[in-house]
Amino acid sequence: MSSAVTANLSAKASPAVEFRSVEKRYGQGPVILDAFSLTAAPGDFIALIGPSGCGKSTLLKLIAGLSPVTQGELIFSTSSAQTQLAATASSNRDELAYVFQEPTLLPWLTVAQNVALPLDLRATPATERNELVQAALALVGLTPRTDYYPRQLSGGQKMRVSIARALVRSPQILLLDEPFGALDEMTRDHLNEELLAIRERQSWTAFFVTHSVAEAVFLANRIIIMSANPGRLHREIRVDLPYPRTPATRRDPAYHRLVDEVSQLLRSIEEPATASSAP
Amino acid sequence: MPRPKLTSILLPALAGALFIAIWHFIRVSLSDDFRFLLPAPTEVIAAFREQGDELWRATLNTTAGATLGFLTAVAVSFTLSLLLSLSPLVRVTFYPYLMLLQMTPIIVFAPILVLWVGPGLKSVTIITFLICFFPLAVNTTQGLVSTDRNLVELFQLYRATKFQEIRRLRIPAALPYFFTGLRIAATLAPIGALVGDYTAGSSAGDGGGLGFQTIIYSSQAKYPALFATAAACCALGFIFVAGVLSLSWFSLHKWHDSYERADT
Repeated sequence: MSSAVTANLSAKASPAVEFRSVEKRYGQGPVILDAFSLTAAPGDFIALIGPSGCGKSTLLKLIAGLSPVTQGELIFSTSSAQTQLAATASSNRDELAYVFQEPTLLPWLTVAQNVALPLDLRATPATERNELVQAALALVGLTPRTDYYPRQLSGGQKMRVSIARALVRSPQILLLDEPFGALDEMTRDHLNEELLAIRERQSWTAFFVTHSVAEAVFLANRIIIMSANPGRLHREIRVDLPYPRTPATRRDPAYHRLVDEVSQLLRSIEEPATASSAP
Repeated sequence: MPRPKLTSILLPALAGALFIAIWHFIRVSLSDDFRFLLPAPTEVIAAFREQGDELWRATLNTTAGATLGFLTAVAVSFTLSLLLSLSPLVRVTFYPYLMLLQMTPIIVFAPILVLWVGPGLKSVTIITFLICFFPLAVNTTQGLVSTDRNLVELFQLYRATKFQEIRRLRIPAALPYFFTGLRIAATLAPIGALVGDYTAGSSAGDGGGLGFQTIIYSSQAKYPALFATAAACCALGFIFVAGVLSLSWFSLHKWHDSYERADT
């Protein structure tokens, strides 16, 4: 990868995202998200964890603009320009990327073509496009698989392609919806490490939905624990383990204390919920 | 294409030889009075020689009708499917009729078509078109609206235009469905042209196709020639299906699971 491209991938400033008592419901349905407030500073890696139905994935969809906010405000502010835009404005969402639970690759495109998709949708010049694609593939270590089709790849490799596609346009906000949930533990650990290694080279604000406490503690600097029915912010845990984090971090006693703490908090949310639903 | 194994050529060839042998044996064992009911394989070959020019011309006419009807059906059904897939309202309104018309035996319209456009190639083409159209339209529409929801969201997220979504996502994703429809249409096209010609063929002008020839040979009691006509129609059908299968292979084999090979 050329150094010019590296610079290009990491040059932009991250915006902050602010939720101001956001409420979300679909049509006349139940409240999915209730009075949710959260400010994400540029460069934050925020893990969202909680029982199913707590609205974690909905949060991502709101940020992505795939679904509108029912009440309250969702504000993006670019730190460089200090411009504040309403949640309905779309231009501030341009440098935003989403990694879905599934790799969601187009099966008829090769690895390189899949990664190039976000660029092709905006008619990027061919030279720039190819450089960016190669850079993104190098980031996830898939350069030798450039011309493969998705069906020729393993589950972990497909996820890497999906991440490379998300990173190719140098997003300022990266939304990840349980991206490694379907992978085996070894692959998941490995991809967690790779994701943090990429974060050393690109600056983005990440929102990472997960069910794994260990994954949340390993990746994030802030863990948002949510409770369900309706989805609310229950508690925030700051993870003060220093970056860069490596496999050695998983042996750190501080890491284990945090995993314990978050696990207990999660249990305390889920138990009263099951007790109250009993007859 | 994957290289066929020797057994996959040899075994069908043996079965074919056995079939012709049994055919010949039955024919020989028939008494003289009934031999005309089942022409010998050699007589059918002889019919190809004697009626060769006539059969060749008829085959070309049927091929023309089948091809024209088939291609028109592909073009029109694709356009209609795109329109149906774009608007849920239009789809809800017309899709049931599409299904209903698929069940309709098109051939009952043959007499009225003859009244409208006259017998011959025009009628045959229209009948073939109608027969091929519905399986194509139903399958292609189904394909265009079955796009993976996550992929559609992905395109929305990257602010793809509707046109980009259709060209880069919906159409490629619909290709396997389209080819399913195309395979059905390819088997129907030669049969449609033959049956269309049987009911709406004419000796005027182009001189009729295989269906019209069937009527003539049966009225003249040229039974070996009837078998030859059937064989010609069979060959035409084979070419159609083989053509579509190769096209489908070229478009899909690299990425679609239906062509997954052990070596990838």
